[in-house]
Amino acid sequence: MLSKRLIVCLDVREGKLAKSIKFVDTKDIGDPVAKARQYYQDGADELVFYDINASRANQDIKLKFVEAVAAQIFIPFSVGGGIRSIEDATKLRLAGAEKINVNSAAVQRKELISEISAAIGAQSTILSMDIKKTGKTKAIPSGYEIVINAGTVATGLDAIEWAKNGEKLGAGELVVNSIDADGTKDGYELTLTRMIADSVGIPVIASGGAGKPEHLYDAFAIGHADAALVASIVHYGEYTCRQLKDYLQSRGIKVRMKY
Amino acid sequence: MLAIIDYGAGNIGSVQRACAETGIQSVITANPADLKNAERIIFPGVGAAPATMQNLTRTGLATALKEAYAAGIPILGICLGAQVVLDRSEEGDTPCLGIIPGTTVRFKLQDKSLKIPHIGWNTVKATQPHPILEGLEKDDEFYFVHSYYPQPVNKENIFAVSDYGGEFCCALGNKNYFAVQFHPEKSGRLGLAMLSRFARWDGKVQSKSVKKGK
Repeated sequence: MLSKRLIVCLDVREGKLAKSIKFVDTKDIGDPVAKARQYYQDGADELVFYDINASRANQDIKLKFVEAVAAQIFIPFSVGGGIRSIEDATKLRLAGAEKINVNSAAVQRKELISEISAAIGAQSTILSMDIKKTGKTKAIPSGYEIVINAGTVATGLDAIEWAKNGEKLGAGELVVNSIDADGTKDGYELTLTRMIADSVGIPVIASGGAGKPEHLYDAFAIGHADAALVASIVHYGEYTCRQLKDYLQSRGIKVRMKY
Repeated sequence: MLAIIDYGAGNIGSVQRACAETGIQSVITANPADLKNAERIIFPGVGAAPATMQNLTRTGLATALKEAYAAGIPILGICLGAQVVLDRSEEGDTPCLGIIPGTTVRFKLQDKSLKIPHIGWNTVKATQPHPILEGLEKDDEFYFVHSYYPQPVNKENIFAVSDYGGEFCCALGNKNYFAVQFHPEKSGRLGLAMLSRFARWDGKVQSKSVKKGK
């Protein structure tokens, strides 16, 4: 049986680790390569690096950073932030990233998903979605809207529609990131996560809001997620990956325990 | 020297880096002549079977690989390297290398909550002994990313299974060819240990049932 995955997210800015609180204020908390290695050894099943600065300032993510990570960790990791072309994706893939995350650029030009998927495969193409609760309207029937540019710009896209569209365009996985829950440590947006997980045939990664081990359990048991993304909860040493996995296993969730 | 075949697909670098982490020197090559002189060969791959077979045939790597197999050079196939080793693949109805009798088939899942591709960590269970699987324990998990899996005709070619809506073959072999559907290079400590065992493998299989094969 397939295990549920614990994914550690590292926000990177100018080669340093940062963790955003609701995306506005970011604060550096260490060397991302050393941290990556630590999480790898502590049982993280996968890592994701978001280049905050690249997204903001429209830069390429530094390939050297990806190469440094790839030489240190031997589990899958993905990279996101500012990826706008097949060339960006292919370069990062060759530098050692297993998967590529696209977000804002795919909303602005949806062909980006199909192009990257055709070039590096659906299994390596992740569509990350930043989502805000708006309440149901005619334009947003699910009550959840896609936002871009670190949550600052509304798009008028319904989250469920965009998720289904992403799958059709060739995404192999979806990250469901709740802007409302991000950084709050109050738990994942379970209604949203479940709504999306139940509407697509590809794996869904719950993101935003993890503050306690129970929240991860809820993401799997209630939110129907295939993977749960964590950041602050491990970055500040409140919990280790091992502790989170021990807890999940004790609640009957199958997770990888030997690493 | 260990040769890693580069045929224009997949994340070849990650295989080389994983080898380096376990102290194994390797070269990445697209040159068929290099396979003849290799001590051992890793045949990695992520991608689609039709494009892979086209590339392998066009470059002469398909023939070189079969010759290396016939010469007894230990070969480790990874992912696609575990699929195109069979007679054919359902993916694009592609004729393949035919080193091991069988077909690569797509997951046909009854349980609609299971998703395709099969992405993530899954338990690998040995069904018969093999030097590459030595020390494998119950609950050992490896990283998978695939929608198709190899289905050898003969049980004696199946060395390990995994379960995703039913058991499927995830490690197969014949003589000096051994292949895994999962990615040892992305499977942490256990995957690195497997690569390390391959680096020491002499290409012989102890299991009697396999020795009996042609």
